[in-house]
Amino acid sequence: MLETAERGASSSTKAPPHERYLEAFRWMLTARVLEEKLASLYRGGMIVGGVYLGRGQEAISAACGMFLDKSKGDLFAPLIRDQAGRSAFGEPLLDVVRTYLGSAKGPMRGRDGNIHRGRPREGQLAMISHLGAMISVLVGRLMAKRMRGEKGFVGLTTIGEGGMQTGATHEGMNIAAVEQVPLVVVATNNHYAYSTPNDREFACAALVDRAKAYGYEGATVDGTDLAACLDVIGGAVKRARAGRPPQLVVAEILRLAGHGEHDDASYVAPEIKKESFAQDALQRAEKLILDEGLLGREGLQQMRAQIAAEVDAAVATAQQEDAPHASEEDWSALSTRELADQFA
Amino acid sequence: MSVTYLEAIREAQARLLREDERVFIYGQDIAGKFGGAFKATKGLAEQFPGRVLNTPISEDAMVGTAIGAAMEGMRPIVEMQFADFSSIALNQILNNAGTHYYRTSVPVPITVRLPSGGTKGSGPFHSQSMEGLYSHYPGLVVVTPATVEDAYTMLIDAVQIDDPVVYCEHKYLYYHLKAEALPDDKLPIGKARIVRPGRDLSIVTYSAMVHEALGVANELSPDGWEVEVVDLRSVKPLDTDTVLASVARTGKLLCVGEAFPWGGVTAEVVARVASEGFHLLDAAPARVNAKDTPIPYHPNLWSEHRPNKSSIAAKARQILAE
Ligand SMILES: Cc1ncc(C[n+]2csc(CCOP(=O)(O)OP(=O)(O)O)c2C)c(N)n1
Repeated sequence: MLETAERGASSSTKAPPHERYLEAFRWMLTARVLEEKLASLYRGGMIVGGVYLGRGQEAISAACGMFLDKSKGDLFAPLIRDQAGRSAFGEPLLDVVRTYLGSAKGPMRGRDGNIHRGRPREGQLAMISHLGAMISVLVGRLMAKRMRGEKGFVGLTTIGEGGMQTGATHEGMNIAAVEQVPLVVVATNNHYAYSTPNDREFACAALVDRAKAYGYEGATVDGTDLAACLDVIGGAVKRARAGRPPQLVVAEILRLAGHGEHDDASYVAPEIKKESFAQDALQRAEKLILDEGLLGREGLQQMRAQIAAEVDAAVATAQQEDAPHASEEDWSALSTRELADQFA
Repeated sequence: MSVTYLEAIREAQARLLREDERVFIYGQDIAGKFGGAFKATKGLAEQFPGRVLNTPISEDAMVGTAIGAAMEGMRPIVEMQFADFSSIALNQILNNAGTHYYRTSVPVPITVRLPSGGTKGSGPFHSQSMEGLYSHYPGLVVVTPATVEDAYTMLIDAVQIDDPVVYCEHKYLYYHLKAEALPDDKLPIGKARIVRPGRDLSIVTYSAMVHEALGVANELSPDGWEVEVVDLRSVKPLDTDTVLASVARTGKLLCVGEAFPWGGVTAEVVARVASEGFHLLDAAPARVNAKDTPIPYHPNLWSEHRPNKSSIAAKARQILAE
């Protein structure tokens, strides 16, 4: 397993493979610990609206964030289950917690919530709900960078197998290939789109076959295997950066939570939970770390405690902050204030 | 020299491309020698290599791409082949472009050009007027130029505005409307214009219907009626002050629009005048719109589906008689 990680690592940065693996694991654990906290805040009635967890998807997501480099001008358009990747890309924990708690100090200032957050000027796009809509937006940003003469940047976006079936996804993936932008699309088949299983989502033999149809280079990966994720996604990012056609990576996992925390996922078939793609990527990585001696139990516990402290600190900060006040809101959807329509 | 409405649109784009390196045009069949279904970009691709780009038939992705480019500081113009096809891009326009500044503080300066409105034989899917629909959603500026001069200056303004602009250009005016020359000065977006002063009735309208309204005003003049015609120019923002000032002079309001009758720009104007200028009115405000069916193909049907001089004149006489 580490051999694969080594190939992935040497293909992107110079960090020794075990360090890279541990770094990725740290982002996975960060996401897991943070999301456990968010879920408990939700159960405690402290979060309005939904809470969407990436449980089970952390290895893929961490790998998505880790190979992107803001200093190279890289862009990340994450979706619902990308906490690990967002953190790896540099999203502060406070951004997450502030958005979920609706703090006026958060990047969305209470105007949008939960996963619909980002810092577009810092390279992280703020998704809209409509699945597939962010692909072409990312393509446009990449095109504009090229028009301005920038070089060496890539964009990565994620999508679920459900979102793969929208018209917007089709148009976005196609136009990316027409424009030949340095794009990586990481599609995670977690076997359910909300409650809908694969057989009511698509009828092709394998989603990755679409890579060829769009003029992409395609790869598949076991999303429960962190080393493989680093290898395959790292490789795809490297190829896109080197000027290869857009890249499609299709990962397979099982969603290990409800669609959102409101959902008990009782529709998930018991048999599917026995499939190998139903393993918990985090537990798998933890086991490997112990088996290979990358860290001992104590080291792992320390890491978890450290992350938990960071998460608690972020929550404590955000909880003390003011919620947005309707009386202080300027209620203008236009930056050009004088063009805002006036309603008596 | 004379300039058509269509040439004004092309000239505005040429000037924008020449003077602003952030501008590029993105649309179907707009590049090469072809220059667009209506030739609004003819010659521009050769003149500005790499900045007038053909796209796949992917309205959603065309607008999405423009949104992304705008976030990076570009000033893209998206040409829809027909306004009607922008329905495919509704999601990007309404939910991405329209919400982005409010959500993130990052404005999205895109301009979406919609070749709008009916022409003979165009049928249900090449004739629509979608300004009301776009105006309903927050976060967009919606303009509807009725003159060659406005077609020119408002397109330049649209691209310079830091927010998304839906620019509704009327296909019927493309070749029919001519001006002596391109204008040197302009009225800013957000200001309506009194195109014909009057004292008996205000016809408030926009886009091609301005010309129908002027025809009606001329027709009623020999009977002693002086009809004031107000061209809204931009339907969002809507210049309520100019409309109210006109109604204050005439005491009567007829609002004319080419779009479907449920809601829309004319209903908005009537609602504002009724609630903010009720005391100014000597008669119930009225509207003339298209009929509540798809836009028919055959000219015999189409010419009665849309507001025309006789339906507008009939309604005007009815109000004037009150
Ligand atoms: C266009 C669109 N339709 C419906 C929804 C509502 N919705 C949100 S997430 C979701 C399921 C998405 O499934 P998938 O893309 O496989 O991602 P997953 O949630 O499994 O990670 C649905 C139906 C949406 N966001 N966008």
